[in-house]
Amino acid sequence: MSGAIIFSGGGRAPLRPRNTEIVITMYILPTVRIALRALRVNKMRSGLTMLGIIIGVAAVITMLAVGEGARASLAKSVQSLGSNLVLILPGSSTSGGARLGSGNVDTLVIDDVVAMREDCSAVGGVAPIVRGSAQVVYADRNWNTSVLGTDEYFEVVRDWSVVEGRFLTRQDVDGRTKNCVLGTAVVKELFGSDDPVGRVIRIKNVPFTVVGVLAEKGQSPTGQDQDDTIVVAYTTAQTRLFGSTRLNAVMATARSSELLDKAVDQITELLRQRHKIPPGEDDDFSIRNLTEMLAMAEMQTKIMAILLGSVASVSLLVGGIGIMNIMLVSVTERTREIGIRMAVGAKGRDILLQFLIEAVVLSLIGGLIGIALGMGLSALIGRFSDFETQVSVLSVVLSFGFAAAVGIFFGYYPARKAAAMDPIVALRYE
Amino acid sequence: MIEVRDLVKVYSLGDTELRALDGVSLTVGDGEFVAVMGASGSGKSTFMNMLGCLDRPTSGEYLLDGVAVGGLSKDRLAELRNRTIGFVFQGFNLLARTSAIENVELPMLYNGMSAGQRREKAMATLAEVGLEGREHHFPNQLSGGQQQRVAIARALVNSPSLIFADEPTGNLDTKTGGEIMRIFCRLNEDKGITVVLVTHELDIAGYARRRIHFRDGRVVEDDRSGGGCR
Repeated sequence: MSGAIIFSGGGRAPLRPRNTEIVITMYILPTVRIALRALRVNKMRSGLTMLGIIIGVAAVITMLAVGEGARASLAKSVQSLGSNLVLILPGSSTSGGARLGSGNVDTLVIDDVVAMREDCSAVGGVAPIVRGSAQVVYADRNWNTSVLGTDEYFEVVRDWSVVEGRFLTRQDVDGRTKNCVLGTAVVKELFGSDDPVGRVIRIKNVPFTVVGVLAEKGQSPTGQDQDDTIVVAYTTAQTRLFGSTRLNAVMATARSSELLDKAVDQITELLRQRHKIPPGEDDDFSIRNLTEMLAMAEMQTKIMAILLGSVASVSLLVGGIGIMNIMLVSVTERTREIGIRMAVGAKGRDILLQFLIEAVVLSLIGGLIGIALGMGLSALIGRFSDFETQVSVLSVVLSFGFAAAVGIFFGYYPARKAAAMDPIVALRYE
Repeated sequence: MIEVRDLVKVYSLGDTELRALDGVSLTVGDGEFVAVMGASGSGKSTFMNMLGCLDRPTSGEYLLDGVAVGGLSKDRLAELRNRTIGFVFQGFNLLARTSAIENVELPMLYNGMSAGQRREKAMATLAEVGLEGREHHFPNQLSGGQQQRVAIARALVNSPSLIFADEPTGNLDTKTGGEIMRIFCRLNEDKGITVVLVTHELDIAGYARRRIHFRDGRVVEDDRSGGGCR
């Protein structure tokens, strides 16, 4: 028995415990034991009583997990977009009385981009965007992906650098070179684990040399895989791939988040001037402030959370009423027990505490089960749906606290009723 | 020392009034063994509930060790029941699904004794009433006599100076009843505990050295002749 531990001083008198210790060891613990036993006796009833709390707490946990997950993925995509991004789309012009949707007309040209760079003081970087999809081939593999034509400013505007090789340069743009930069998803599809830099791929049957690989970016706020893309010079895209001079969009960044509104104003003014739009007429372009869009999306998540939250609180309320109901039944059923306890010296507050603790134990066990259920549910949602979920410590603490509060609130009335009983009446109750 | 003067208890049942106690005055000294006798409805149980601080009189005075019980708060009454009074009932009144030892520990839950002290004291008291080895039995695993012993241990565990027993042998056969009565005798003679016994059986009342007869809420006879433990 080499591992045995020897205790000594068994006969020593214990030191006088502090006040709180007295309360816990002499009051709370035995009462909790009594409560647990009472709940065990009526397992089915206790379980059904807890159901309301279980559902309520599970709903709170799940809703907060979904909300937290949505917030986290939004935050991630905000970062992935680059900060203070402004998107300028052609269109929304009036053509013979019919308003055309944005992106359907060719109102944005490369000179607009150049002018923005020169004239708008609040604007940091501006990049033209030409977009299309194309079949790409390397050796015996082929893949359909989006091809993005832009210039060297794109790297700064989108805050998106290469991890291998180099990005496009002014020379690529001016010379309409057949150089391209690949997103990681395309690399994976065409090259597997091989190094793509220096290889030649065919985009719409045109041979392109891979000069670099972009860093991994993840999903965009609209749910697209941003890494599934090939970046080429916009000049090359216009002449060799899509055969049009239009720009699908212009991306610009404000110099700082405070200058965002000013940048939007400057761009609007400049473009109206350049496009010769008389005052009072609609713009022939539209500007989207992505940060605003994200704020809106976040707002929607919040509204969703509030909605789910009210469902959860109704469930907790119903659960609380269930607890009150069962505690009232329990108090009546155990009238004789209350009488016996009073006869041997229990005061009103002893009885009050006993039933209150019983209600709280009931709601807390329900709360624990609800937390476990909510965590499981969140994990399932995270795995089998598009929502990301994230159970936060705060939500666990919060819902546990709620459960306890419900127990105390709805347990108080029955406990009061028990405590107010007349000992002799209670003792004679049949 | 129990002193009551002109004790009256009136129950109002709708329109009619029931005078359960109708002016009772008497004194019970320390260490006495008293049987309170009478037919059912004579007021003897009501009288015991008054003395046991379970119920309050409508009028009259009750001095327990010189203290006027009528003026005490509910909490003070609970303390009195906890420290100076022990109860034994006809129906045992043990907590169901609760072991013998936990039943005996019950009164100590309410006077701030530590768990260790409680357990120790409850064990000793159960041994005193002859229930060693049955500490962890539940009431439904014990015979009537054994259950009543548990109840007596519970009444004794806080070392009271007074024990009130309401028909303690009413649910027991004669032999077991006798055994229970001998426990009361021992408590009275060896420990000097005042025992007030409510019964309507003459042979049970014979263990007491004083018999008080009740009829219609009044004392009709106070007999100090004979009786006592054999």
